[in-house]
Amino acid sequence: MPDPNAQTGKAMIEISGVTRKFGAFTALDRVSATINEGEFFSLLGPSGCGKTTLLRLIAGFDQPTEGGITIDGQPMEGMPANRRPTNMVFQSYAIFPHMNVQENVAYGLKRMRLDKAEEKRRVEEALTQVELGHLGKRRANELSGGQRQRVALARALVMRPKVLLLDEPLSALDKKLREQMQVELRHLQKQVGITFILVTHDQYEALAMSDRIAVMFDGQIAQVATPKDIYQRPVTRQVADFLGGMNFVSAEVAAENGTSLTLKTRGFGQVKTERPEGFVVNGGTATLGIRPERLRVLWDDDRSENEIAGRVVDRHYFGEITHLIVEIPDLETPLSVIETNDFGADDIPVGSQIRLAFDPDALVALRD
Amino acid sequence: MMKALTRGWLPGYAILYIAFLYLPVMLLPIFSVNSSPIPVFPLKGFSMKWYESLWGNDIMLNAARNTLVVGTASALVATILGICAARAITRYRFTGKRPMSGVIMAPLVLPEIIIAISLLLVLLQFGLGLSLMTVIVGHVLICLPYSITVLVSGFEGFDPSFEEASADLGETTFGTIRRVTLPMMMPAIVSSLLVSFTISLDEFMVAFFLSGREPTLPIYIWGQLRFAAKLPAVLALGTIMLVGSLVLLTVAEMYRRRAARKTLTEAGGLFA
Ligand SMILES: Nc1ncnc2c1ncn2[C@@H]1O[C@H](COP(=O)(O)OP(=O)(O)OP(=O)(O)O)[C@@H](O)[C@H]1O
Ligand SMILES: [Mg+2]
Repeated sequence: MPDPNAQTGKAMIEISGVTRKFGAFTALDRVSATINEGEFFSLLGPSGCGKTTLLRLIAGFDQPTEGGITIDGQPMEGMPANRRPTNMVFQSYAIFPHMNVQENVAYGLKRMRLDKAEEKRRVEEALTQVELGHLGKRRANELSGGQRQRVALARALVMRPKVLLLDEPLSALDKKLREQMQVELRHLQKQVGITFILVTHDQYEALAMSDRIAVMFDGQIAQVATPKDIYQRPVTRQVADFLGGMNFVSAEVAAENGTSLTLKTRGFGQVKTERPEGFVVNGGTATLGIRPERLRVLWDDDRSENEIAGRVVDRHYFGEITHLIVEIPDLETPLSVIETNDFGADDIPVGSQIRLAFDPDALVALRD
Repeated sequence: MMKALTRGWLPGYAILYIAFLYLPVMLLPIFSVNSSPIPVFPLKGFSMKWYESLWGNDIMLNAARNTLVVGTASALVATILGICAARAITRYRFTGKRPMSGVIMAPLVLPEIIIAISLLLVLLQFGLGLSLMTVIVGHVLICLPYSITVLVSGFEGFDPSFEEASADLGETTFGTIRRVTLPMMMPAIVSSLLVSFTISLDEFMVAFFLSGREPTLPIYIWGQLRFAAKLPAVLALGTIMLVGSLVLLTVAEMYRRRAARKTLTEAGGLFA
């Protein structure tokens, strides 16, 4: 049986050249993206990069200064929020305090004038989906943060929107609940098959939940890709840095063509890499990046085709992993290395000489 | 040392202060049920006759009716204007917001006689006759600062995302006001109505200058004070107004506190 929730690859939302200015300040600068039907899509970026602004443009709470948004083939220009096929889970949840849980969830259905039994059935279905079936009569101020979040979800899902928008829905929850809700949200999305757009500034949340991630900086989208590609093949130094640590090494461009670059570095020697999207050879230099966990400590007799030697200058213990700072004679900045503790990386003395192995595939060329 | 001193003095001071403030007021109900027409101790006996005499007094009843009309109308108008102003103050940023708020709040510190006389001059300039309408205009002016203060504190705790959530769920602007904004603001609105009504109820100066031939209760009372024989009945009337005002203000305060508590738990829950 084919998975009914598999992405169809059909475009659900098309954002084309959207700019939003607040006076002289440009909050969004010519943003374009396509979000597919049934996709879990995340907008990831630091505070103030324009994630909420973009989400509010999609929801219809705000209008773009330039450019347009299409939802399910329909241009949204001039369409007010109450007539768009989207629903939103607010960061503050915005649960109506003068209504109980059931009334909150039924709020949008009231305008559809369903018959009583049908309305009741849909409210109960939505509450069951978020596992709140037993709390229908509670008032908003008698709910915990996690429960409010579920009510907000149920209230939006009961409308059966084409797109569900979530603005940092988990940021108000404590760490443990947040991790549990990440799994549940992902599950729920697969189950209902609705397109989800999640705004977050937490890279782990985006990596764990999304089909694809758009990383934003200063009102622009820097890269759109699957979590794995975003993490392993970031195209700019900024993206690489935002998604966890990365070692940066400056390199010379020895050769180039449309799809690949050959870079020469001190330390890592000559490596052939993919050419990042939009890369321009400028003055013949580039930046090469490698994630700390892609560097491996070589023990006594271990040998590798690709080795690099250095001296441990610092060591940080994190329980299951150890973080080593290794000075390499040819490199201006020391490399950071993350090693699991199964083989005793936590016992490597500071000051000792070690050798590191690397996989040339783990080296990526980065745009500045 | 310091502490010991204040501990000895403060309660004493507080008791004296409260005594000065409330003892004279307490005399009002006491003498109003005294059977002697002269308000002196010792009391002669318990009697409700002064209250009964009010009932058949058509002039007094007419004044009471005027007071109710003026109070209700002033409370409604001041609250409606107050809602608009409070919403603008809390929701939008606009140039001239501070000076405008200042102007609206000015009646709070202006002597009422100044307000009354200037209003009278303006009305005479326009050739408008004095009536209950003119009293209502004056009372709205006086009630507005109180109404706005109560309403602003209500609207301040009102997160705009409630209205956005309503629109997002398909509701129209009008439907949102009806189903979300007004019900959530109800405690502040009721509180503003009661406070305004109470202020209008015992306002003297503006009513005195602007009421023309339609006296309100405070004007009626003032007129009666010239006749010593009428004093006990005035005391009875005063007692009724005192109790009424106290009840209204208590209800208003309870509503305000409930509203404050609601927004507090709201904020606590959201940002904890
Ligand atoms: N109504 C507005 N008027 C003026 N500037 C605004 C307005 N809304 C947003 N901005 C500005 O636009 C920029 C982007 O804001 P936005 O809320 O989209 O950021 P964000 O990415 O959601 O950040 P956060 O993670 O902090 O929520 C910010 O610098 C903000 O100050
Ligand atoms: Mg935001």
